[in-house]
Amino acid sequence: MIETINTSVIDWSRAQFALTAIYHWLFVPLTLGLGIVQAIMETIYYKTGNEFWKKTAQFWMKLFGINFAIGVATGLILEFEFGANWSNYSWFVGDIFGAPLAIEGILAFFMEATFIAVMFFGWNKVSKGFHLASTWLTILGATISAYWILVANAWMQYPAGMQFNPDTVRNEMASFWEVALSPVAINKFFHTVLSGWIIGGMFVVGIASWFLLKKRETKFALESIKIGAVFGIAACALSIWTGDGSAHQVAQRQPMKLAAMEGLYEGREGAGLVGIGLLNPAKEQYNDGKDPFLFKIELPKMLSFFAERDLDAYVPGITNIIEGGYPQKDGTVALPAEEKIARGKLAIRALADYRSAKSDSARQQARATLDEHFKYFGYGYIKNPSDLIPSVGLTFYAFRIMVILGGFLLLLFAVVTYLSYKNKFEAKRWLQWTCFASIFLAIIAGQAGWVVAEVGRQPWAIQDILPVSAAISNLSASSVQITFFIFLALFTVLLVAELKIMINAIKKGPEIEHAPVLKNNHIKN
Amino acid sequence: MQKELLITRIVRFYWDGFRNMTIGKTLWLIILIKLFVMFAILKVFFFPDYLGKFDTPSDKQEYVSDELIRRAVNH
Repeated sequence: MIETINTSVIDWSRAQFALTAIYHWLFVPLTLGLGIVQAIMETIYYKTGNEFWKKTAQFWMKLFGINFAIGVATGLILEFEFGANWSNYSWFVGDIFGAPLAIEGILAFFMEATFIAVMFFGWNKVSKGFHLASTWLTILGATISAYWILVANAWMQYPAGMQFNPDTVRNEMASFWEVALSPVAINKFFHTVLSGWIIGGMFVVGIASWFLLKKRETKFALESIKIGAVFGIAACALSIWTGDGSAHQVAQRQPMKLAAMEGLYEGREGAGLVGIGLLNPAKEQYNDGKDPFLFKIELPKMLSFFAERDLDAYVPGITNIIEGGYPQKDGTVALPAEEKIARGKLAIRALADYRSAKSDSARQQARATLDEHFKYFGYGYIKNPSDLIPSVGLTFYAFRIMVILGGFLLLLFAVVTYLSYKNKFEAKRWLQWTCFASIFLAIIAGQAGWVVAEVGRQPWAIQDILPVSAAISNLSASSVQITFFIFLALFTVLLVAELKIMINAIKKGPEIEHAPVLKNNHIKN
Repeated sequence: MQKELLITRIVRFYWDGFRNMTIGKTLWLIILIKLFVMFAILKVFFFPDYLGKFDTPSDKQEYVSDELIRRAVNH
């Protein structure tokens, strides 16, 4: 048979999904991060009874509410796209994907939705303790919600705990716990949530710096900065730890992604980590013999260490993964891509034979072949081995943008913490401008992380089992183009609305230093 | 004085909360417009369930199976 899907449908559908995910990810990390900061502030209010902290927490809570309202349900559009654009995928993984998303919808969302009402409406109506608990439970609900979404994403990167059923043509869950507690899911959850905390911390420091630049609400700004910066340091430090775990997981499960992240074409023992480098645009094929870098600065042996916890360990490059033949940790020799493709075709042929078998013995034989080669099922759709290579440039540079910005933010948080506790921050206007601008850098760092995770795993919708070319629905490219631009317009309008409302709320400020503090004040949320 | 029923207190809690909203009213308006656009326009006209055209799970699995087999290169 011949390939009948127009590649532009795949590209437009991927672009549409990326657009929606990027937009969705503008709101989620701020919810996760800002939620914790406001809860810390309310906790201080609960402990001290100082109305200043109540007003401070209420101000950040108002911005949290604006962000939450504009962002809410944007993730549902991704689910629309699964059903419409990626219907083969949706059917193929239904049982596995459905469970985490159902838990997310029923448990986490309702928990979040219940307590957010108390958080906003409950000031002076419920006890301080119950209100504080509701604030923490709201953010806990949001975080649990993120966990189940990330479990679903992690399964696509590392499919575990399932059994393919050729009768239903679906993967069925064999072990809920293998899916829910897969090492990739756990690591991804912590790394992703921490990136949200960094954005939340930077948002608080950046907006509070704006108040200092405007010479307004000075005490509020300085106290907010202290909390945001310390929170940011903690988030950055933990993020480095989980990032290391993430790189290790990628090395174990997605070696091609790791090779693309490093621009590593020829594997070696004691491989160095590229600190900074410029890729050679003339390199077009993995085996054209051209140097992949115009220049690079390497940290010797560090890639081997991060990948395998051994300074002298072997790390395969793109060429090695395509050509195979290198020894793997389990003692086997890596198969060349051509062999994986052949086995994938065998698996697909076995599925066809199974479904058309007229006798039990023929069905059993086909099933045995399918089971034997199922782990290569997706390779059966790959035309050329080079199609297995993701965009090296995008993955390589996105990874460096994430890491370099992450390092910069850690340094910035550290400097801001030091100066603010020494009472010297108020005079550093250049640093206040830097903090304000760094809100956008933190957002870019988070988005770059997702680019690494998602671009780096191409061409797979599900690692090794289903490429995007098989996952896509049989649609026309024009219909996807239309919805792409509808989304672009819709998202732009919503983003402008959010920014406008958010900016107005920020300009209005917490009004701590202008308005008299009322004992029984009622928040207008 | 008779104590208010729990359900009445909850209803009153939400009623007062919504009534006293300022920015919240604008946000709810945006949320409602967004949900309307998403579910009444996008979902219905642009993102129908692709496999929804099949009546039974059996038809769906037959279709997906056929697609997955047909798309395999040089199969």
